[in-house]
Amino acid sequence: MATSVSSPNPGPNTGSIDTTFVAAVLSVGCLIFYLVAAYTPEPAMQVHAFMFLAAFMLGGAGMLLRATDGKPVDPAAYNTDIVKVGVAASAFWGVVGFLVGCVIAFQLAFPELLSWEQHGWLNFGRLRPLHTSAVIFAFGGSVLLTTSFYVVQRTTRARLFGGVLPWFTFWGYQLFIVIAATGYLMGITQSKEYAEPEWYADIWLTIIWVCYLLVFLGTLWKRKEPHIYVANWFFLAFIVTVAMLHIVNNLAMPVSLFESRSYSLFAGVQDALTQWWYGHNAVGFFLTAGFLAIMYYFIPKRVERPVYSYRLSIVHFWSLIFIYIWAGPHHLHYTALPEWAQTLGMTFSIMLWMPSWGGMINGLMTLSGAWDKLRTDPVVRMMVVSVAFYGMSTFEGPLMSVRAVNSLSHYTEWTVGHVHSGALGWVGYISFGALYCLTQWVWKRERLYSLALVEWHFWISTLGILLYITSMWVAGITEGLMWRAYDEYGFLQFSFIQTVEAKHIYYIIRAVGGTFFLIGVLIMCFNLWKTARGDIRQAEVEPKPLPTPAPAPSAAPAE
Amino acid sequence: MLSKHGFLERHTGPLIAGILVVVSIGGLIEIAPLFYLENTIEEVDGVRPYTPLELAGRDIYIREGCYNCHSQMVRPLRDEVERYGHYSLAAESMYDHPFQWGSKRTGPDLARVGGKYSDDWHRQHLIDPRSLVPGSIMPPYAFLDRPLRHDRIQAQMKANQRVGVPYTEAQLVAARHDLQMQAGSPWAEDYSGFEERWPGIEPPMFAENEVITEMDALIAYLQVLGTMVDFSTYEIENVDNQR
Repeated sequence: MATSVSSPNPGPNTGSIDTTFVAAVLSVGCLIFYLVAAYTPEPAMQVHAFMFLAAFMLGGAGMLLRATDGKPVDPAAYNTDIVKVGVAASAFWGVVGFLVGCVIAFQLAFPELLSWEQHGWLNFGRLRPLHTSAVIFAFGGSVLLTTSFYVVQRTTRARLFGGVLPWFTFWGYQLFIVIAATGYLMGITQSKEYAEPEWYADIWLTIIWVCYLLVFLGTLWKRKEPHIYVANWFFLAFIVTVAMLHIVNNLAMPVSLFESRSYSLFAGVQDALTQWWYGHNAVGFFLTAGFLAIMYYFIPKRVERPVYSYRLSIVHFWSLIFIYIWAGPHHLHYTALPEWAQTLGMTFSIMLWMPSWGGMINGLMTLSGAWDKLRTDPVVRMMVVSVAFYGMSTFEGPLMSVRAVNSLSHYTEWTVGHVHSGALGWVGYISFGALYCLTQWVWKRERLYSLALVEWHFWISTLGILLYITSMWVAGITEGLMWRAYDEYGFLQFSFIQTVEAKHIYYIIRAVGGTFFLIGVLIMCFNLWKTARGDIRQAEVEPKPLPTPAPAPSAAPAE
Repeated sequence: MLSKHGFLERHTGPLIAGILVVVSIGGLIEIAPLFYLENTIEEVDGVRPYTPLELAGRDIYIREGCYNCHSQMVRPLRDEVERYGHYSLAAESMYDHPFQWGSKRTGPDLARVGGKYSDDWHRQHLIDPRSLVPGSIMPPYAFLDRPLRHDRIQAQMKANQRVGVPYTEAQLVAARHDLQMQAGSPWAEDYSGFEERWPGIEPPMFAENEVITEMDALIAYLQVLGTMVDFSTYEIENVDNQR
């Protein structure tokens, strides 16, 4: 821990550039959304304008309180408060996102019970983007913000750059999430998958993202370590590339400055490829590069071994970010996209298998000499199984990107299963591992409240994932084969509705699997809460201490 | 060579520049040519911008998230062409801002649904899908039977025009009127000019329609899907048309 050497001027943090900037953004924002609220002809937009207004006023009040509370800010100490809030936000959004996922899974299984003919906002079409955005951007995004803020401080041995800027980034991002989510429910969407928020939310996210980059880069600039640690390369690539993808894919023409609706700058085939260039790299950079950064910090730290291969991490990094960008067209096989683009996309998707497995090997082999921790530390096991799921879905992905395979798998539940083996297995488990570690470390606890509960979480969730992905494999291949089945007279054998009916049982199994996953996460939330409070489950310490009392790494500086 | 990597690990500027260069290449090579290679979009007759009523319906299609379960892209595979109709052309979505190709078929593809069912069938199906298709898992959309707000339709068309949809000034000026006309509103009595502005479209679509509903607009959109192209003008053997 960086000790507080009597800092020169620890007085109230007012009047500096960062507070002036944030205050200016909040004031201008208030003015803009006051006007929008007054002039918009659209009730939903008015709701959003008032939400922005309320959030900016709360932000202003928060800044005032901070400026007047008289508590000195130690410029030499790490900012761990933001990590604590981030852990709580991540857990909260995880529960929300998984819960909505369970709801829509049950809607598909039992539509007659779970659909509302007078309440469009509760139907699948509006809840599905809510689910995807809640898990990817709310849960995943909060985990990435939180872990990156923690990791970049530890590996540079410097406090987060920018005074109130990290807080502005964090809360501004939470505001974006709330605006996006409430927008979907009210029917505000631009219909581009994983980029559904409308133009004003996109502009807000762009402002937030630039601040995020500034905080991250600024912390790197004032680092006390000469080397930039590998996790930070991945975080940096994630931040920079997501900015590029977000801006290009969301270029659109609003109907007016007071209305939510906009029309994409591109049309048809160009719009399709731009969208899937974005969409696939939302997977590649948001859900992969960012979480690989988590892998490169938390696994070595938790098992107390260095990263397996320095050279492999260099090759892994550059080849992964170079090749991923090309893979988008595999979402558009056999469509009206020119075939040369499809072929390029397929080729690079297959090539992507190698850097992906290079990264997997680097993560797994970091356990060299510490394999016993798989047995003794369920948090380590969770992260290792996460990397195993990463390996599995990055093998399945290239397979599905082959045109011949894709002609069967595309448009089916197989794709949904594939996404969830990556999302639940890889992204979910590495995030849970990081949340367990962070809770123990930033609240400075000797150990988690209960390792037995981590075991329960692990096994229930793993069972859930397996139910989920196996049912979706079967459902997807079944419907894919049924769509193309011919009878002995040369006619299509099945009507479309027969293929829907054939999936009913798998929809039920999938919904049950998802519920198991959610139950596991609720167990985790309880465990994190007790750990943060400082409780220890007595049954686990009294008779026999566990063989690996991993000393809290927060007690040691980042080497 | 790897030993030189240490330089990047010590300097944020070159590291970030390297990342930017490396992640830009793929997108530039794959996406940029689509904007200038002339054979990207086939040359066919018939594709026109959406009428005001169809555009309003399309906005509802987007608002309700129909694209989450319905694709609009028939692939050139034997079973799809037999099930849905001619495979989709790039030209058919050239005025779609944004595209609605979709990625999932929880329900059937809709690229050629236009004209397959009657307006009444669609209405009943939207109100209660399982009354017509017992095994359907589609949610009911009975709530769409409410008045369509169309006071901003001209501005919506204008925004489309700004991003490249070739609406004429006459079409823009008469947007509200033409929407009401196509929906069969008894108050839109002045037929003058509709045929010139929207050749080939027969008003009124819904006779004696006193309240134009969101469902009317959505059905107008569904009924035009896949019907625009005059396939007699599509030269399948033309090299430029072969992808």
